[in-house]
Amino acid sequence: MIEIKNDRYYAETHEWILFEDDIAYIGITDFAQSELGDIVYVESEEEGELFEQGEIFGSVESVKMASDLYMPIDGEILEFNEILADEPELINEDAYENWIIKVKVTNPDQQNDLLGVKEYQAVIDEE
Amino acid sequence: MIQETPLIFDLPQNADKQNRLIKACDVKKPDFKEYYQEDYAETLPDIPDLAEIQVVRHFTNMSSKNFGVENGPYILGSCTMKYNPKINEDMAALPGFNNTHPLQPSETVQGNLELLYRLEILLNEIFGMDAFTFQPSAGAHGELVGVMMIKAYHQARQDTKRKIMLIPDSAHGTNPASAAMAEFDIREVKSNQHGRVDLDDLKNKLDDTVAGIMLTNPNTLGIFEDEVKEMTDLVHAAGGLCYYDGANANAILMQTRPGDMGFDVVHLNVHKTFSTPHGGGGPGAGPVGVKDILKPFLPTPVVEKKNDQFVLDHDLPQSIGKVRAFTGSFGIYIRTYAYILTYGAEGLKEVSEAAVANANYLLEKLRNHYELPFDVPPMHEFVITGQKQKKENGVKTTDIAKRLIDLGFHPPTVYFPLIVPEAMMIEPTETETEEGLEGLVSAFIQIAKEAKSDPDLLKTSPHHMPIRRPDETLAARKPILKA
Amino acid sequence: MSGYIPINREKRSELLESVGIKLENIFDSIPDDIKLKNIENLNLPMEGMSESEIVEALSELAERNKRVDQYDSYLGAGFYDHYIPAVINHIIGRQEFLTSYTPYQAEMSQGTLQAIFEWQSYICRLTGLDVSNSSMYDGASAAAEALLLACRQTRKEKVWVSEGLNPEYIETIKTYFESGGLEVEIGKLNEQGTSAGTYPEGNDYAAFMIQSPNFFGIVEDQAELVETAHMNKAMAVVSADPISLGLLKKPGDYGVDIACGEAQPLGVPLNFGGPAVGYLAAKNRLLRKMPGRIAGLTKDSEGKQAIVLTIQAREQHIRREKATSNICTNQALLATAATIYLALNGKSGLKEVAEQSAAKAIYLEQALLATGYFEKVYDSPFFREFAIRLKDEINLTTNDLNNKLLEKEIIGGVALDDRIWLLAVTEKKSKEKMDQFVANVVNIILEEGSK
Repeated sequence: MIEIKNDRYYAETHEWILFEDDIAYIGITDFAQSELGDIVYVESEEEGELFEQGEIFGSVESVKMASDLYMPIDGEILEFNEILADEPELINEDAYENWIIKVKVTNPDQQNDLLGVKEYQAVIDEE
Repeated sequence: MIQETPLIFDLPQNADKQNRLIKACDVKKPDFKEYYQEDYAETLPDIPDLAEIQVVRHFTNMSSKNFGVENGPYILGSCTMKYNPKINEDMAALPGFNNTHPLQPSETVQGNLELLYRLEILLNEIFGMDAFTFQPSAGAHGELVGVMMIKAYHQARQDTKRKIMLIPDSAHGTNPASAAMAEFDIREVKSNQHGRVDLDDLKNKLDDTVAGIMLTNPNTLGIFEDEVKEMTDLVHAAGGLCYYDGANANAILMQTRPGDMGFDVVHLNVHKTFSTPHGGGGPGAGPVGVKDILKPFLPTPVVEKKNDQFVLDHDLPQSIGKVRAFTGSFGIYIRTYAYILTYGAEGLKEVSEAAVANANYLLEKLRNHYELPFDVPPMHEFVITGQKQKKENGVKTTDIAKRLIDLGFHPPTVYFPLIVPEAMMIEPTETETEEGLEGLVSAFIQIAKEAKSDPDLLKTSPHHMPIRRPDETLAARKPILKA
Repeated sequence: MSGYIPINREKRSELLESVGIKLENIFDSIPDDIKLKNIENLNLPMEGMSESEIVEALSELAERNKRVDQYDSYLGAGFYDHYIPAVINHIIGRQEFLTSYTPYQAEMSQGTLQAIFEWQSYICRLTGLDVSNSSMYDGASAAAEALLLACRQTRKEKVWVSEGLNPEYIETIKTYFESGGLEVEIGKLNEQGTSAGTYPEGNDYAAFMIQSPNFFGIVEDQAELVETAHMNKAMAVVSADPISLGLLKKPGDYGVDIACGEAQPLGVPLNFGGPAVGYLAAKNRLLRKMPGRIAGLTKDSEGKQAIVLTIQAREQHIRREKATSNICTNQALLATAATIYLALNGKSGLKEVAEQSAAKAIYLEQALLATGYFEKVYDSPFFREFAIRLKDEINLTTNDLNNKLLEKEIIGGVALDDRIWLLAVTEKKSKEKMDQFVANVVNIILEEGSK
């Protein structure tokens, strides 16, 4: 059963984003991790770099697949979740608990572009 | 039979340190430490000193854990694992070829140059092209050379807006990867319900930014693109050039030619088409043929005949340049040449006929046991899927492949092309025997039955190999890449 | 019977009939207008040859060549005539290594996979770097890929390459870079024939690259390369000859980021320049950006040692246009040959090969200088190969010299221009041969050079 949490927003490219004031945490969804299978590597661009909505900020790899990660909103990478460098499998265990990057939100209005639970469910159903 | 071969670095080192392979030094050695100063290595690389018997046993034991074409049917689709004639190995090992240096004066390597010169003529005729380069070291390397020449062609015409390379969704991964290395953007062309390129989709994707199209024919599903001439005409009309990926050229030998299909540039994988051994991953060679319009852009050098002497011409002002040192993988071309001479034109025609006949026969024998994604008469290879087994018995294509290993066969190419779920791409080649074909049929049917009666047998296969299934996730998560 | 086809036409037809297909229909999907008709009009031999005719035809071509084991050759410049132990051909001629494909099915390919893993290990031990891939096409394409790797890692689009690289490598790098929309700057050598003091400044370089020993055989200062490259936030890249690493410090000892090179000297025949085998090794942090296949150690489901192709998400079959390279086929069998070469020689044997090659090159240079007809081009320590200048008062060019030597069944050095000659020797060259060579050179100059 694919889980979708209602405390956060989603992107069509299967990232989730959880806002805390002008800070946000970004990870991949339970659907994304189940499609990838055993995740073996996660990487992100460097801390301090600025990205626009839709730009690639990193990638996730399983044995036979690689998937780019897209910024759901404009922002500056504040931190990469270092524990994933050694234990990328944590994303398989809990995709929502294990964020990939922490960002400083530079354009809060973009929240309106993001998907809610129902809309994201529809995206999954399509695939 | 030894099941575990320790890593070579773990063997005891009791041998004499004297090098028995070479004669004692007959000149005075200088004080190297003084000569090289701080660049002198005080400590040697940590490479074990072993006795010859240790080394020979080590590698012989390792070889016994490999499966080669001489062990049994090797139906790895698209890779064309046909028999590699022994005589070609002997010819490539002739000292007259082996012991020639790439920079020897041309008058001392007339045999080498004449071989290449004659081989170029043969390839031109077989594929309907005007010239070939021997520079590229492999198929993918040839692709890169091909797309570089397409780029150079447009640039020479000041037609700089052509940044797009069209590539069908069923293509090998090397096509988009090669095109990207030459700075092209990729535009994917869809396949239709018959497993062929969708002509309407192609039309929609053509405009004046298109530099060319890369096509494999027969395509990666083993299906002949019967509208290929329409496609190349359309691309030409839009100002693009047409690239023929020769991965499956073994299916069309002497039946049709890329040049006649309208292609401007073609690469070959000589291990597939002309049976040079694949060596566990190489060396291969990827000669590239062109029509006259692309000739000025060929990499250097090219072989020419001047006053009855064969020479290497390094002076092509519009050449894309070199993609490796020296002329090319000459040793591989000796085998290629011997192979073509062995068959002659009539024999090559039979090569493609036998390859296609074997694939057709196998497909008919298997069609009631596995699902077909596209029910179209195949050329030299065909794709079936394990979707039925997955749905009904929870058995994946991997499990079917692993079970085939235990039954003595090299499995098909699996999970490719990407557009077919649970794909198995089967290529028997023209050198498969009747007993090999019948053995394969029995094995596939047996496995389809076992999928129902004993799915666990498949899921835990193979049982009789030196290792059981390796943990690929562990390998990628905690990489150990050297000892 | 035609060639190696085991089922004749009659049987083929019969098998197809048994499943309801007519042999004459199997190519029906090829439209008539592109079908090849009248193959007899093509400029091709119609009939095939017997095996014995193949032997005659190919032997005739082979015998028309002059061989470096019959002529006395001083050619190097990227390909070197070291002794090839007999074991190598016996092992790589085994069909299990020779005729197998890329090891996609690990359970039936542990031989190839272990050979790749051990090759990677040897390359890391030789170069002093952390990770190696399973091989590249040759030293030139390995150099180009090494620089592309640096560009990916640093996300910069310009590299600096020393003129001391083999010119064939420089040409190859230029081809890759120009086509890829990237920039290459070529740096001139200094008067000692090295790159010392020639490095550029600026933070927009992805890499500084040198070759050591360089094209003129001269040992380059890798410490300075690393220092200046890192000061300019560029990667330090070195193309290093593997035999020289039996005598000279490893690239990793200096802190080099990427090492690459041609492994032909390790047991691969000259073969008129190919097939060759390139190597590529780098520091650990570049692993995910490396091109080509990589084998890794793991366990099977019963806990036994197993080796698989790994970190594959970099590669073309998964990442397609976003792959780190398009490379697919590599030079696995020749990498295995090189691995066996290193296993047979060991560090002691490798050291002896390296020392003898260097000692003999030094001996030859001294002997030529002693004739009084030559002078040094560069006054720097070299390995196995050196450039020497024919003095201006000698009324001969290096090409004249080569032509005259050829009449005496000697293949001289590479004529870099009318005066400069590049000569290479390996451990195979005897003192006697070199003495004869020098005597011949002297005679030619005495006979021709004073006219």
